[in-house]
Amino acid sequence: MKAAIVLFPGSNREGDAFRALRQAGADASIVWHDDHALPAGTDLVVLPGGFSYGDYLRCGAIAGRAKIMDAVRAHAARGGYVLGICNGFQILCESGLLPGVLMRNRDLRFVCKRQFLRVERNDTAFSRAYAKHQAIDVAIAHGEGNYEAHDETIRELEDQGRVAFRYCNADGVVGGDANPNGSTNDIAGIYSEKLNVLGMMPHPENLIDPLVGGIDGRGLFQSLVAA
Amino acid sequence: MKARVTVTLKTGVLDPQGKAIEGALHSLGVAGVASVRQGKVFDIEVEGDDAEAAKAALAAASEKLLANTVVENYRVEIL
Repeated sequence: MKAAIVLFPGSNREGDAFRALRQAGADASIVWHDDHALPAGTDLVVLPGGFSYGDYLRCGAIAGRAKIMDAVRAHAARGGYVLGICNGFQILCESGLLPGVLMRNRDLRFVCKRQFLRVERNDTAFSRAYAKHQAIDVAIAHGEGNYEAHDETIRELEDQGRVAFRYCNADGVVGGDANPNGSTNDIAGIYSEKLNVLGMMPHPENLIDPLVGGIDGRGLFQSLVAA
Repeated sequence: MKARVTVTLKTGVLDPQGKAIEGALHSLGVAGVASVRQGKVFDIEVEGDDAEAAKAALAAASEKLLANTVVENYRVEIL
């Protein structure tokens, strides 16, 4: 598994993504956004978290239109894997690789805390190391994570089984107080139609070491490396 | 030539910032505020004097970048 982590001005979680991929056994490298092409043989593109271009205009709006995104779109169209985490999810939505938009959190606060997610399906390249409906303990840190889309888009995502993760509590009960940002249907992450692109607000790459209190994030990277 | 692009949230899209401003105006005692929706204004200096061409260019700019048409509307004016 050869992974390219795209670095934009203002990205700040590229090191965490790098560490998580390396730990899972991937051959990972960090690529500057101004390159026109991805490294030869790239299997997985990671758009890391952070505040690309200072969140100017809208979160992910400027990065979503960077030159490298043409290469990422072509990679995805070929069936290559793309993982967008946090700001990376916002970039995927702004670039048109995933539908919908991430709006300001319902209560206007930046939320930075541990968060449980329910794994909605475990038959994708991103999720095989988990059990179906397993509640995994990861982290969130975002001000704009409230996923919204047209009603028919939400219906489509649900009907096609493209919701990857939902916010839940420690017992795996979805929604209610467990939803940190008002996201529609408690959506924390979604897949593209061909299930090769995943955008998610939470940070699995931050929970890969017992030293920081948990390793539930490892499964996602192990799944990818085994894919 | 001066132009202005105004980007606003579509009707029905939740606007927590607008709501917070609305609440603040109420607590300041500003009378008669029924509701507030927040948007963005871009003042743009356009080269040349072809108003129609400028409008078309700025509509393209809005579609491509200035607005996220999933949740936002835009209006182009030549001032």
